[in-house]
Amino acid sequence: MIENKLALLAIPLLPLIGALLAGFLGNGFAKPVGRAFAHSVTILGIAAAFVLSLFVFQDVSAGKTFNGSVYTWLVTGGIKLEVGFLIDSLTATMMLVVTFVSLMVHVYTIGYMKDDDGYTRFFAYISLFTFAMLMLVMSNNFLQLFFGWEAVGLVSYLLIGFWYKRPTAIKANLKAFLVNRVGDFGFLLGIGLIFAYFGTLDYRETFALAQNFKETIIEPIPGWQWSLITAICIGLFIGAMGKSAQFPLHVWLPDSMEGPTPISALIHAATMVTAGIFMVARMSPLFEMSETALSFVLIIGAITALFMGFLGIVQNDIKRVVAYSTLSQLGYMTVALGVSAYSVAIFHLMTHAFFKALLFLGAGSVIMGMHHNQDMRYMGGAWRYMKITWITSLIGSLALIGTPFFSGFYSKDSIIEAVKHASIPGAGIAYFAVVAGVFVTAFYSFRMYFLVFHGKERYDDLHADKHGHDGHDDHADHADHEHHGLAKGEKPHESPWVVTLPLVLLAIPSVFIGLYTIQPMLFGEFFKGVITIYPTHDSLAGLRSHFTSWAGMAVHGFQTVPFWFAAAGVALAWYFYMKRPDIPAAIKQKFSAVHTLLENKYYLDTFNEWAFAAGARKLGSALWKFGDVTIIDGIMVNGTAKVIGWFSGVARVVQSGYLYTYAFWMILGVFVLLSLVFLKIQ
Amino acid sequence: MQTSSYILSLTIWVPIIAGILVLFLNHESQKPMARAVALVGSILGLLVAIPLWVGFDNASAAMQFVERLVWIPRYNIHYALGVDGISMLFVLLNSFTTILVIAASWEVIQEKVSQYLASFLIMSGLINGVFAATDAILFYLFFEAMLIPMFLIIGIWGGPRRVYAAVKFFLYTLLGSLLMLAALIYLYNVTNGSFDIIDYHRVPLGITAQTLIFLAFFASFAVKVPMWPVHTWLPDAHVEAPTGGSVILAAITLKIGAYGFLRFNMPIAPDASHALAGFMIALSLIAVVYIGLVALVQADMKKLVAYSSISHMGFVTLGFFLFNGQGVEGGLVQMISHGFISAAMFLCIGVLYDRVHSREISSYGGVVNTMPKFAFFAVLFAMANSGLPATSGFVGEFMVLLGAMKVNFWFAFVASTTLILGAAYSLWMVKRVIFGEIANDNVRTLTDINAREMSILAVLALLVLFMGLYPKPFTDVMHVSVDALLKHVAISKIN
Repeated sequence: MIENKLALLAIPLLPLIGALLAGFLGNGFAKPVGRAFAHSVTILGIAAAFVLSLFVFQDVSAGKTFNGSVYTWLVTGGIKLEVGFLIDSLTATMMLVVTFVSLMVHVYTIGYMKDDDGYTRFFAYISLFTFAMLMLVMSNNFLQLFFGWEAVGLVSYLLIGFWYKRPTAIKANLKAFLVNRVGDFGFLLGIGLIFAYFGTLDYRETFALAQNFKETIIEPIPGWQWSLITAICIGLFIGAMGKSAQFPLHVWLPDSMEGPTPISALIHAATMVTAGIFMVARMSPLFEMSETALSFVLIIGAITALFMGFLGIVQNDIKRVVAYSTLSQLGYMTVALGVSAYSVAIFHLMTHAFFKALLFLGAGSVIMGMHHNQDMRYMGGAWRYMKITWITSLIGSLALIGTPFFSGFYSKDSIIEAVKHASIPGAGIAYFAVVAGVFVTAFYSFRMYFLVFHGKERYDDLHADKHGHDGHDDHADHADHEHHGLAKGEKPHESPWVVTLPLVLLAIPSVFIGLYTIQPMLFGEFFKGVITIYPTHDSLAGLRSHFTSWAGMAVHGFQTVPFWFAAAGVALAWYFYMKRPDIPAAIKQKFSAVHTLLENKYYLDTFNEWAFAAGARKLGSALWKFGDVTIIDGIMVNGTAKVIGWFSGVARVVQSGYLYTYAFWMILGVFVLLSLVFLKIQ
Repeated sequence: MQTSSYILSLTIWVPIIAGILVLFLNHESQKPMARAVALVGSILGLLVAIPLWVGFDNASAAMQFVERLVWIPRYNIHYALGVDGISMLFVLLNSFTTILVIAASWEVIQEKVSQYLASFLIMSGLINGVFAATDAILFYLFFEAMLIPMFLIIGIWGGPRRVYAAVKFFLYTLLGSLLMLAALIYLYNVTNGSFDIIDYHRVPLGITAQTLIFLAFFASFAVKVPMWPVHTWLPDAHVEAPTGGSVILAAITLKIGAYGFLRFNMPIAPDASHALAGFMIALSLIAVVYIGLVALVQADMKKLVAYSSISHMGFVTLGFFLFNGQGVEGGLVQMISHGFISAAMFLCIGVLYDRVHSREISSYGGVVNTMPKFAFFAVLFAMANSGLPATSGFVGEFMVLLGAMKVNFWFAFVASTTLILGAAYSLWMVKRVIFGEIANDNVRTLTDINAREMSILAVLALLVLFMGLYPKPFTDVMHVSVDALLKHVAISKIN
């Protein structure tokens, strides 16, 4: 299987074909036929890609790998740039995660988007996304990586702005694209440095050659010395900060919730946003060579893990809570990368993909049940009406907060252990951040869980509040509030089976994938030869020496600090939102400054809006009005014209006002000039 | 040298003769006939150019499809034609684009139809002459003559301030052309009476002479590209020009300036080129950043795309003066890609303008609601314009960035800002024009693109995607010629 290039090629191409068929032919039939066609053809493509990925995974598990070119993109200055695949355990893991979650989301979409006019377009987009994401993870070179990188960004742009009539949606997608481009700026410079010094963009060749450049120093500004490898790694990581939404380039991700919920699950939780994590893990041979870069990664990750978690606490929009939780979890993965625990980062990426996709799709199911109300203040008690959604969401939440035996426990605890044993600068702060983050995660997750599924049913409050809406709710979608929500006296309802089936299928790995895979992924040979870790950076050594079995680890987990932090978070959430809702209100009153800071997301959006968006426009205006219009046109061009105009007053005789006479004089002029010149030469 | 080929002559004279034929069909009742003849003529023009691609020898850096007839023996002027890996693709690009503009004007132009079509056909032949001429005087004649139809197009079918635009263009061009002519005559003298451009490449020159020659050509070509700060004629010309004029202006005539740098400045004055490389790179980088910011605040769609063109052409000149393979080939790729993308952008604006008669961004909003097919293409081309990988817009910029990084980190750093700026101005325009609720009654009553408009945009879309996914055929044509040029430029002419 893995030796068969055509079969490998089929994995990304089948979703692409599905996307093209759905996109171009889906609207060519009568509406119900076209819709059935669109979802069948795309689901077929994804399902086939998933099955093929399973075979690939089997081969990879047996120790086979593939590294080869598909075609030559171009040759320039004697250097070949190719499109090709590198299939090893890291790739195969990502392929499985991507195709499985994508398949679940495709099925789910049948139910979620059934009333939407853009039904076929949506299927085309998500299949196109799957193609781009697969090309990204399967690449064996930086060029194709960048292709996939930008292509997933494109589809993300299209999907955030899927409901293109909403002003908030089309603002959010522009913002997402531009913020990602800031990251890509660094990414491209990193790639450029690799090309300039190594003369190749192929991964394997780069890793081999990098050894020769260990000591190379570049001096971008005289006197300011940088290790080449550090500069490359930081450049690449800036790209990862954009795509994986790390502070301060995270600002686009919460706004991306303007897109339909299925893509929030697929793109903005499970797969695309983890591309940066995957990329750094893939580049472990480079990052290992630069402690500076690793420290930088670690600090950024720690900031993201903790501070984005805080923001999750004050959100009222159910999707926003999950979004901030995603940011925080991406921070955890980045922290793992920073302490050279690449395999743990990928492990957490995988478990997170399942339980976070589950939480998002669960949130989507709730939103459907509530008739497109997303505000948790008008929910409550939903467990009575939505049993499957309720149980699966509980499973997702338990996995997220790291309850022993659940998948999230294994991955998150391993990260915390790795940070604990790491010696790299910044590890101390990071340890504090990830442990404190456990409490925060548990608190906001169960705040959401209790507000949605338990307590008083507050569905009718929506109508009571509607007129007195204070407009302060800057996160929730106003369009939704105006048009949606349960009718008075109406109760939520469970979603159809196409929605609940993916929930169940995602809940299974959310529980079991961790205990099943921790041994081979973290302590076994699974990533051997794929991920490079210098012995001095081996932060997993401590955990490895203690690890006996998954059961032992889980039992031990009950006695650790993070577990009690998580339990405390859950208990506090229960006390605040079930028992004494007056307390959070009082806290909000008392610490209004903190609350305002959090509600305004640390004022980062405000700052960006002012400094970059408005700043660039002002600068552009100034350059145009002053540079182009005043100086160049005003003084240079029109000034010259005036002088010439004064002289040509004499020559007004020839000016008839007809264009053809001008043309005639011009030709004549050229002719005369030429003649004069030649006479002179003679 | 072989003299048996006549293909280049055909690419020049077939459109011109077709244009003259069309001129005779100037009666009101002959409009459909004029259109048909023009379309057939332009297609024929492309067909006769196809052998250039098919028969081109990628392994040779010499001029191919050479023709050489004595024209004015007294001054040793020849009707000499030939193309190499640098110029060949532009003959094809030009012949192809001519078909598009003829097709795009189909129902839109109702005034003086035959003259309009004839202007484009004749201009097409003249532009092919510019790229194919290997005799300096022949080049100069084509170079100047080609302006006349463009003047007429802007002056007759243009907007309200067309005279201002035309005069501005004229002022800019005049000085440069005269200096170029002076340089050619100087070269004629030092080569003992030759107007063969290849002879100019070989002649040894002192640094002062080289510098003056460089600056003389620079004056002519920098205006054409246009480079900052001699760029302000372009936005005005675009705004006043009819759609077809804008397409040719952006897709083809800008390329002539850049081509001039490769054909004249660099090989004739290599030492001066190296000495002035810093200056050229500085101007190019200013174009990328300064013009990118200016594009951001334009309220007129055509002005926005015009400024975006200047910014993209900055990449071309940046690439050339890096003196490495990635840079020069990247610049050439960028020229071809920009030919497709800018043509497509102006055609898209034309589609809207034909319906609403406004180029202001604020006149639109929510176009996707009434023109979904059009919106698909508009978003695709805007993405290509912002350099999205898998579109042709990425290839050239990427190659130039790689080349720049080899020379200096900061060149690459500054140039890379285009990633952000290009996306910002392209997609912000898309947001305001294409997306959103239907903004007004004009937008509400819009009809989606018809089959003719659709096929024009679809052809361009396919080319943009093909070149983005598989640029190798394009660069394969250039390699040997670019390598030869770089080798030549690396050797000092001062003796």
